[in-house]
Amino acid sequence: MKRRPSWDQLHEAAKRRILIIDGAMGTMIQKRKPSEEDYRGERFKDWKSDVKGNNDLLSLTQPKMIQEIHEEYLEAGADLIETNTFNAQRISMADYHMEEFSFEINLEAAKIARAAADKYTKLTQNKPRFVCGAVGPTNRTASLSPDVNNPGYRNTSFDELRQAYAEQVRGLMEGGADIIMIETVFDTLNAKAAGFGTLEVFEEYDLELPIMISGTITDRSGRTLSGQTAEAFWYSMRHLKPFSIGLNCALGAELMRPYIADLSHVADVYISAYPNAGLPNEMGEYDETPHDMACQIQPWAEDGLLNIVGGCCGSTPDHIGHIREHVEKFKPRKLPQIAPKMRLSGLEPFVAG
Amino acid sequence: MSSASQKFLVGDEMTTNSEDENIETTQVPSAAMTFINVGERTNVTGSAKFRKLIEANDYPAALDVARQQVENGAQIIDVNMDEGLLDSEKAMETFLNLIAAEPDIARVPIMIDSSKWTVIESGLKCVQGKPIVNSISMKEGEGPFLEQARKVRRYGAAVVVMAFNEQGQAETADQKFEICKRAYKLLTEKVGFPPEDIIFDPNIFAVATGIEEHNNYGVAFIEATRRIKQEMPLTHVSGGVSNLSFSFRGNEPVREAMHSVFLYHAIKAGMDMGIVNAGQLTVYDDIPADLRELVEDVILNRRDDATDRLLDAAERFKAGGGAKAKAKDLSWRENPVQERLTYSLVHGITDFIEEDTEEARQSVERPLHVIEGPLMTGMNVVGDLFGAGKMFLPQVVKSARVMKQAVAYLQPYLEKEKEEMGITDRPAAGKVVMATVKGDVHDIGKNIVGVVLQCNNYEVIDLGVMVPAAKILETAKREKADIIGLSGLITPSLDEMCFVAAEMEREGFDIPLLIGGATTSRVHTAVKVAPNYIANQAIHVLDASRAVGVVSRLLSETDSEGFRAEIRAEYEKVRAAHLAGDARKKRITLKQARDNKFDIEWDRYTPPKPTFFGAREFESYDLAELVPYIDWTPFFSTWELRGRYPAILDDNVVGPEARKLLDDALELLAQMVKEKWLTARAVIGFWPANSVGDDIELYTGEPRHSQLATLHTLRQQIARDNTRGRAHTALADFIAPKDSGVADYIGGFAVTTGHGEEEAIEAHFKKTDDYGRIMFKALADRLAEAFAERMHQRVRREFWGYAADEKLSCDELILETYKGIRPAPGYPAQPDHTEKATLWRLMDVKQKTGIELTESYAMWPGSSVSGLYFSHPDSHYFGVGKIERDQVEDYAARKGLTVAETERWLAPILNYDPRSYGKAEVA
Repeated sequence: MKRRPSWDQLHEAAKRRILIIDGAMGTMIQKRKPSEEDYRGERFKDWKSDVKGNNDLLSLTQPKMIQEIHEEYLEAGADLIETNTFNAQRISMADYHMEEFSFEINLEAAKIARAAADKYTKLTQNKPRFVCGAVGPTNRTASLSPDVNNPGYRNTSFDELRQAYAEQVRGLMEGGADIIMIETVFDTLNAKAAGFGTLEVFEEYDLELPIMISGTITDRSGRTLSGQTAEAFWYSMRHLKPFSIGLNCALGAELMRPYIADLSHVADVYISAYPNAGLPNEMGEYDETPHDMACQIQPWAEDGLLNIVGGCCGSTPDHIGHIREHVEKFKPRKLPQIAPKMRLSGLEPFVAG
Repeated sequence: MSSASQKFLVGDEMTTNSEDENIETTQVPSAAMTFINVGERTNVTGSAKFRKLIEANDYPAALDVARQQVENGAQIIDVNMDEGLLDSEKAMETFLNLIAAEPDIARVPIMIDSSKWTVIESGLKCVQGKPIVNSISMKEGEGPFLEQARKVRRYGAAVVVMAFNEQGQAETADQKFEICKRAYKLLTEKVGFPPEDIIFDPNIFAVATGIEEHNNYGVAFIEATRRIKQEMPLTHVSGGVSNLSFSFRGNEPVREAMHSVFLYHAIKAGMDMGIVNAGQLTVYDDIPADLRELVEDVILNRRDDATDRLLDAAERFKAGGGAKAKAKDLSWRENPVQERLTYSLVHGITDFIEEDTEEARQSVERPLHVIEGPLMTGMNVVGDLFGAGKMFLPQVVKSARVMKQAVAYLQPYLEKEKEEMGITDRPAAGKVVMATVKGDVHDIGKNIVGVVLQCNNYEVIDLGVMVPAAKILETAKREKADIIGLSGLITPSLDEMCFVAAEMEREGFDIPLLIGGATTSRVHTAVKVAPNYIANQAIHVLDASRAVGVVSRLLSETDSEGFRAEIRAEYEKVRAAHLAGDARKKRITLKQARDNKFDIEWDRYTPPKPTFFGAREFESYDLAELVPYIDWTPFFSTWELRGRYPAILDDNVVGPEARKLLDDALELLAQMVKEKWLTARAVIGFWPANSVGDDIELYTGEPRHSQLATLHTLRQQIARDNTRGRAHTALADFIAPKDSGVADYIGGFAVTTGHGEEEAIEAHFKKTDDYGRIMFKALADRLAEAFAERMHQRVRREFWGYAADEKLSCDELILETYKGIRPAPGYPAQPDHTEKATLWRLMDVKQKTGIELTESYAMWPGSSVSGLYFSHPDSHYFGVGKIERDQVEDYAARKGLTVAETERWLAPILNYDPRSYGKAEVA
């Protein structure tokens, strides 16, 4: 299968330094306080339902705003930027009755990010910038029942997810994404469906992109929402041969560290981490300062746990700039040799022999 | 001997002498330890029971089958829904979705088992973990095989490949190997399948069918396995073992022997996974030698008449015949010393342990090496078997007895060496300080945990019973303990545990605290104990079988932090759930509860009058009389064998072990009774009594002018659906109220079989004999309960005499079908232990029976029972449940205690959160 030139560039860069991934898109959009009219733009001014809050739609209606945010992150030193497509598949888009625009949103979002990244790659030739096509969790779960009285019930299926994700990945690839990033995984079965769909699309296009996977440990139980430990999660995703595995969201840096350390020991691929800017306060706002967040992350780099780092909810270009300053002097984590053994998982890992 | 089997037997080992099996057997434990058990009971083709459950849509019960598999040590569970009448795709999906909602099942990987690809694929779409697909094959050619393999890979599963090609299933070793080799090449080269995710199933077929071509099937599998592992070392070999013995259906001893012998050889050849009922496997060495030889002849195809000979002999071994042969079999004595030691440890045999230990000692440089080498090797086998659910607690405790005896034998040599060389003690995996807390005397569970930990090379410092917090902490500091374990049985001990936790926090401890014992719980530990000790973590340990897992994770360098974080998070959830639950569980007011008391129509009833008033004592009661009154069910649960007696004796999993345990118990019991190791003493008493509100007044005699004492009782306050008309009961309701003018009576008792316990232990059991000591204590406890049962029967028939013609069997007594009750203070109907003080005064219990009360109102000796007698036919056992502050205040006033004191004694049943220690307040 063919690969883009960025495949090698990315692998080269990862060998040499800790790569910086951008921070929150949503936080930056909120700061701009777009109105219902802004969301609708000219094109959807007569749309049948409210669309305020449909951040992914802004790639169609306010492309300048989105590109501006990307550029702020690139300016702060991000090597990787994520497309504004967290919810851009038809399952989530159904909330706004906008299923039919799923492909187009991904296509345009990838183009915007591509333009921003290319602009900065030209400015800093020794630091190529990459576009991650962001593939979020959707608003449904394939291995959890939404009805507590009926644990066997599911409101989505593997196949529905697989097809929705495949459509999203097509848009991202056609728009020029360098990487497919399956992120904020709170149900591993959703992520497996995303991976399945992604591989199908690669085959379709005869073009293979690096895959990044980032799970979400929801609390101090050390488990995903669907109940897996970090190690079990890795064994479930490993067959995708990803470029990296890691964690994002839900936790601040302080609480995320042990699970990043777990992954770092068992995964023979690069490790990514982009925690929230602390935990939300009573008002639901993230108030960890850029300096504090960077100081918490620095020891991870010192201890050789990191390859890729950035921020999730609440983080801003300022956070990313600080994190970059704190980690850039450290060497990236070296890939460990993991003995070839059959490694299975349920909610917990099982290693044969 | 056929050439194939000769080749196999000789193998790659150091000897070519096939008679010298000893050298081969040393290879087994290590391979056997990595053998993966796949649970086979959730398979509609293999289990009629499971099939019926699925057909009846009884998924909850089907889930229980899965849960049991995991609890019994299955590391993976095989799920198969291939039944013609089922919608197999749908059934697979339904069952896997339901499993996903059960964390105690879903924690292990799933093996999705079907001969239909569509069923496999619907299963793959339901599991978030990495499962195993069982199976695919080249039956329909390379095309479909590759296509399915690619999908399996894309779904992220490992795969079982059957040795099956376009021509059919492979039968000879060559065919099996060639097909596997071809599949391997296709999978690794064309699909990019990782070799370690490939599991070959080279087909186990039935042998001894009478058809000559089948005779070599066992050998063919074993030989193919050996070659597969040689050429494709990262792959795995699995198989469904029960096929092998198909022709001996109905003869379980022979079938089990066949499975065991087959696995023994196949595992040695490299088979590392099997779909087996782990609970039913016999230990290879346990098979009677003559049967083993016959079976081995068949499986290894060693002689032409092997099948006939096994068929001829089979009847002889059916049901029990084999056991007798086993008793005489000492052939294991021929083995090298390491195996003899391991055998003794695994089978709990002390007869030869000293001579074997001596032989081992002479072969090594230092006596310590015997412990570190051969003995620990043996104990590791025990640990693994226990961990895998192949041995049960009583067996492990017996193993410990053997180990301790061996260490005791070596002790003088170790001492001598220490003196000569100034060497320190052998290194342990960790040090655990354990104690039954102050005020409590119960220690059987704690002792069992201690033994199990010692078996796993942890050093255990057992401080015994009634140990004050200061002593526990001081010892832990001095000994640099890695963990502290607290045990207790009575409810006041819960409070003492909170205190120990708070003290650990205050003194700056940073080691885990284990909490165990009958009244402890995960919820109590999470809600009450853990918040007192935030420097590290308090963890509830449900039973001895969990102890090693918990301790090893806590002391693991890599796992400890994560494990504690896991526990912390879990306990946070428990606390949150507990708080939420508290809010829901509304109680009614004490007044409302009293208005709905348990009503007895006293004006139509004349209470029976006891034959005497005051106390009467019984010195040296005949133990033999008590034996038939023993309730054995709790005895088995002491040993963590779950099930009701006598059904437990025929239980599929624990039955054989339960029988052995009962045999040992009866033997010891006979000796205890005959030689009068224990002295049974009792006191009973009756008094005129009437209730006044929730209290019971006792009088010195008739007429009822002079009050002798007051017994206080507690009333249920649970908010119930009133339409059901159930009362809010207190024990006082079972006694006629004073203003009814009805003359009523109450009785009391205290019995013990604990005198002489300590002396008997010292006199009859070696220090090393934990099995005997624990057994003895468990029996003493059972005798005390039996004594209470027997005494109650005599009270009904003779001393109170209201049921003179009662003729109930001992079983019916255990089922409590008689009239009247004997509730004990500290138990659900009257949770206040301090009420014992009144009984003690009334009957002068200490003087008359020698039973003392500790500061927590535990009885010493521990094998004692006390309580009240109520005679009214409507009196019944109930639980007071949680109570509100209004009742606590009322109760405190009645008892003349402060509210705070009362809250302390009633802590476990408070429906609100009183101020307790330091940081104990849960937000």
